[in-house]
Amino acid sequence: MARKLSVTALVLLVLVAVALPADAQKGPIKIGFLAPVTGGAAQVGKDMVNGLMMWLEEHGNQIAGRKVEVIVEDTQGQPNIALTKVAKLVESDKVHVLAGGLFAHVGYALAPRVDQLGVPMLYPVMAADDLTQRKPTKWVVRNGWTSSQPNHPFGEYVAKTLGYKKVVTVAIDYSFGWEQVGGFQKTFEENGGQIVQKLWPPLGTTDFAPYLSQIKRDADAVFALMVAQSALRFPRQYQDAGLKARLPLLGGGTTFDEFVLPSLGDEALGAYSALMYSAALDTPINKKFVETYRKKYGKVPSYYSEVCYTTGRWINDAARAVGGDVENRESFLAALRKVEVPDAPRGPVKLDAHGNPVQNIYIRKVEKKGGELWNTVIHTYPAVGQFWKYKPEEFLKQPVYDRNYPPCKAC
Amino acid sequence: MSGEFFIGQIFNGVSYAALLFLLAGGLSLIFGMMRIVNMTHGSYYLLGGYVALTVMWRGAPFVVAIVAAAIVIALIGIAEWNAFLKRLSGQELGQVLTTMGFALIFQDLGLVIWGGDPHTIRLPETLSGSWVVGELYFPVYRVFIVGVAIAVSLTLWLVLEKTRLGAMMRATVDDPEMARGVGINVFRISMGVFALGAMLASIAGVVAGGFVGVYPGADFEILPYAFVVVIVGGMGSLKGALVGSLMVGLLDNFGKALFPELSYFTLFAPMALILAVRPTGLFGRA
Amino acid sequence: METFIRRAPRAAALVAAVLLLALPPFVSSFMLSLMTQALVWAMLAMSLDLLLGYIGLASLGHAAYLALGAYSVGILTTRHGADFWTSLAVGIAVAALGAAVFGLVALRATGVYFLMITLALGMTVWGLANRWVSLTSGDNGIAGVPRPRGLPWDVSGALPFYYLVLVAFAVAFVVLWTVVHSPFGKTLVGIRESESRMRTLGYHVWLHKYIAFVIAGAAGGFAGVFWGYYNGFVSPADAELATSVEILLMVALGGRGTLFGPVLGAFVIVLLRNVVSIYTHRWLLILGAVYIGTIVYAPEGIIGMARDWLKARARAPLRPAPSP
Repeated sequence: MARKLSVTALVLLVLVAVALPADAQKGPIKIGFLAPVTGGAAQVGKDMVNGLMMWLEEHGNQIAGRKVEVIVEDTQGQPNIALTKVAKLVESDKVHVLAGGLFAHVGYALAPRVDQLGVPMLYPVMAADDLTQRKPTKWVVRNGWTSSQPNHPFGEYVAKTLGYKKVVTVAIDYSFGWEQVGGFQKTFEENGGQIVQKLWPPLGTTDFAPYLSQIKRDADAVFALMVAQSALRFPRQYQDAGLKARLPLLGGGTTFDEFVLPSLGDEALGAYSALMYSAALDTPINKKFVETYRKKYGKVPSYYSEVCYTTGRWINDAARAVGGDVENRESFLAALRKVEVPDAPRGPVKLDAHGNPVQNIYIRKVEKKGGELWNTVIHTYPAVGQFWKYKPEEFLKQPVYDRNYPPCKAC
Repeated sequence: MSGEFFIGQIFNGVSYAALLFLLAGGLSLIFGMMRIVNMTHGSYYLLGGYVALTVMWRGAPFVVAIVAAAIVIALIGIAEWNAFLKRLSGQELGQVLTTMGFALIFQDLGLVIWGGDPHTIRLPETLSGSWVVGELYFPVYRVFIVGVAIAVSLTLWLVLEKTRLGAMMRATVDDPEMARGVGINVFRISMGVFALGAMLASIAGVVAGGFVGVYPGADFEILPYAFVVVIVGGMGSLKGALVGSLMVGLLDNFGKALFPELSYFTLFAPMALILAVRPTGLFGRA
Repeated sequence: METFIRRAPRAAALVAAVLLLALPPFVSSFMLSLMTQALVWAMLAMSLDLLLGYIGLASLGHAAYLALGAYSVGILTTRHGADFWTSLAVGIAVAALGAAVFGLVALRATGVYFLMITLALGMTVWGLANRWVSLTSGDNGIAGVPRPRGLPWDVSGALPFYYLVLVAFAVAFVVLWTVVHSPFGKTLVGIRESESRMRTLGYHVWLHKYIAFVIAGAAGGFAGVFWGYYNGFVSPADAELATSVEILLMVALGGRGTLFGPVLGAFVIVLLRNVVSIYTHRWLLILGAVYIGTIVYAPEGIIGMARDWLKARARAPLRPAPSP
């Protein structure tokens, strides 16, 4: 009886503690970080957390003279869970700034909620195009990229330099896949190429057989956009279906990201992709970053690690600009939008007028060096913005890329 | 839509069906014998893959990994059944909730022990690559899975139909009271069947690890498929599990290729229709 | 003592009602959103209780109705600018229609078979949510569902929205309470106890079950409408098997066949999930333990335990407290 009562009392106490508004004293700067720590994208989530933590640890867990507290919440890669967690971080933990998140559709789902909550949130990973295009949001600061950004130059590169004329796309069926394919298709077709088929396996697909057997064999190459665990499965199955020998494999940056390369074998060799980062990037800053990261976590950093590492720096620079007064959300937000990082591991980064980073895009090729797979950088497009060579106002007149835009005329 | 496309898709469907059969065959036996709705079945599948991985990381060959996974998971199954499930016969709600609880616990333990990384079970050289027939490629590993499924189903059939043990098992399925009456140790038979079911699921997990990988979340991804196979085929019927697997495997593959927008619907709706006509499934008995 | 037993549940219900009504203005915004969420799940759990508690049919597909209601709201508000009443009416109608079709298939079976058929039916809804991309946006889900429009007062704030959900909850409770305490409800309980006896007595057993099935579906859709509005987002996860099982847990944990129980179960699970996960990433382990613990320690749920405890107290005269 007494035990039951004490348990009840304990539960009540916990509830009251949660219900009571927390003290708004000037304590540490609190960063609420969203990442899929469990589920099919857990590896990516780990890279994200590691990236941020590494920057903070390198800087004594201090920002603008204040201690930093990071609260990591697990989204399991699912939008509905992310929605609950973001509210919890703001309303219960009283964080000063939010960051992280994975998957473009989670980004779209979160944006209105973040605006409602009125706390700045950095999107280092979630690349949903429209959030810095047709549906700008006040409180989301994108320091990552738009899904189509690397593929505008890539489409041109594939058509002009690699000289492929007919390409089949196999992309994961959600906004990130749609926008990646859309960006690729636009510039590829404007440079004389043709998309001849579009296949859309759902998110989380691990058996690609039903899609692989449909691929038109008379194409010149296949563009594959994979994420999370799909990236782990696709190249091998592509090879086993006898396709690698006939149709060279191209990919979005996440298809051959460093998070998955150690798990792949020779089936990935020779694949081309485009992204704003490669661990093989030959600059002193990046070499040091890769070396330190590797020593600390026992693996090569992925793009997810890099963008979250730079996110630490981003928050720091903005907090310094406002003299550590992150409680003043409006001015902190304004400072976050003004950050420029001239020397991130991935290269120089600054935001354009619409709030999306202008940064280098690297064309990479998977090669074997010292028994490991690396994304060798074979070409650099400097200072690429989300609108590529188009005028923003012209570009914004077209609808956001989706499954059916640009329409597939040659399918 | 060429002939090649159809042959390719049929092959894909059949090899996927083979995997489903390994998984659902065990679930069906457990159902048939104990009427236990086992939500933990997907966890056996996932844990089987993890155990095999662990063994292979220590240098053991693929075959040893399969055996190790089968034994470990069978023991886990026996423990779960002994400690909780045997008391819940006839209480569907209790079974669903208890086994769901175990599924969640196993999911989390898997994460604690093996981390969140997706893994691949490295295949022996002989099982990699593809056989080429004209324009068609048949990955050797998928052929191997079909082979395993055929071997397992033949063995099960022989044991069930031709041995004394099988006769006792069938008697227990048909009428536990009567079986007890003629001196069959129903308790031990039931425990054995539960262990066998768990074992089959773990083998499916290892085999699947070679081509779809081993990753957190695989347990709940595959579970509905296993259930649908069992529902359609009829609970407790091995023949039903076989036919059900083939139907699900083929419907899934052709649905994804031909009606992408309705692909899961084309899988589950026919199931519901079959059930509307035969609530106990194609080969099930009430 | 006798009166105490009879009064205790009523007193508890009264206290709960007062708390639900008076507490919200004073709690943190986080707590408020949890309470809103819990009320929505409570509606859903009550609707399932009609099947599980009063007819003894365990459904593994109840999340389908949540999804049907929520998707109706998502699609109507974001693409057609629909107001609250339209969304509500369509949401309920779609869910009721779904239940009317599913009921035809599912009610041919009982026990384990009913469980399995409802699982397959629930998966068809999940499949459509997932793959019928042109209608549902697939894995993307539907984002940006606004707060209800077209009501005489503004419910865009968290507090007014809470009270809207509270009113909805009260309506759902009163309707379901009336149903289960009507002669129709008594017949359902009779069917649960002995189907054959009720049949001999001349009752149309199937029709009773069917009507209850459709009511439960419609009530599930009703909850789904508010879920869509609350979350501002609808996704295939709403229709998942795990969601269906969790609703079952809420009903079983609170105590089936009581209506109050499922409400309690929903509150416990929602609070537990959100509060425990603040302190540990091992939340799934704890949820798993709750699943098993419910069956092992409280097969009749919290309400059942409380009832037994009250009865035991009534039988035994008051004892002096045991010395430590």
